[in-house]
Amino acid sequence: MANWIVVLGTGLLAFALKYLGHLVPERWLTSARLQRVNALVPIALLSALVVAEGLVVKTHVVIDHRVAGLAAALVALILRAPFPVVVIAAALTSALVVHFAYG
Amino acid sequence: MSIDRPTARVAASVAVTVGAYGVAFGAAGVAAGFTVLETCLFSLVAFTGASQFAAVGVVGAGGSPASAIAAATLLGVRNTLYGVQMAPLLRVTGWRRVVAAQLTIDESTGVALGQAPDGTTAMRQGFWLTGAGVYVFWNLATLAGALGARALGDPSHWGLDAAVPAAFLALVWRRLETNFLRGVAASSVAFCLVVTPWLPVGLPIVATTLVAVVAGWRERG
Repeated sequence: MANWIVVLGTGLLAFALKYLGHLVPERWLTSARLQRVNALVPIALLSALVVAEGLVVKTHVVIDHRVAGLAAALVALILRAPFPVVVIAAALTSALVVHFAYG
Repeated sequence: MSIDRPTARVAASVAVTVGAYGVAFGAAGVAAGFTVLETCLFSLVAFTGASQFAAVGVVGAGGSPASAIAAATLLGVRNTLYGVQMAPLLRVTGWRRVVAAQLTIDESTGVALGQAPDGTTAMRQGFWLTGAGVYVFWNLATLAGALGARALGDPSHWGLDAAVPAAFLALVWRRLETNFLRGVAASSVAFCLVVTPWLPVGLPIVATTLVAVVAGWRERG
């Protein structure tokens, strides 16, 4: 049930935001400040998601096998690897740590 | 109206590339506890990658539906700005405007703007071909990723729980073109780590938007 609320709520609001852009006069949304903040929102949110998904369990900061995966992803990114390689490197490294550390 | 070949080529390559992210989203959705059907519907209805990733990310971390929707919606605001730019170019009304709105995303807007040197027709075709192509590939890829993840079973056994934050890291990495942007990312990481023990699950992600507001408020030096 909660998942359906997320799917439909996110979906409807996402469409509403898109449609709104096609309706409003251009001059309403051209504030330089709004544009600057809006350009930075994805960077802030994605960075927070790296932390929340990679370093946190519930409300605790935890260092576990996922950090090894993130480190592998970081190395892959520095080596300019394409997206699938980055993700697979992280998954493999993390799975290996799980396999050897926790049995 | 004939289809401009170079524009079609750009649109096709973008659509196929996005497929890789779609597989990651499908897997992330299932890893976060969504069913295959819910994950697929998510891509069909919402069709805005970063928001979808954020929503399943918050749910996967144990956050409430409200904070999941809030994080996703904050990421969707940029589509409004894209719509403002695309509306005068496309000049559509009625059901065509509904379709145009749904296809208004990073990639369709980016390709349309990129075709500016080739004229208005190429820009329009860039928008429609890229939007439609990405829609098809994104949804097929979501299905493939969701089915694949379900077949694999326990997420941590296959490293799926590390693949999701790695996907976020890759998504943010390609945006960090200047030291200022790297500073914003580093501050966001630090801020999120600091507030995590003090806020309900999911809220630290939404709260980190404050870093973007503070950094973007003042004129850049």
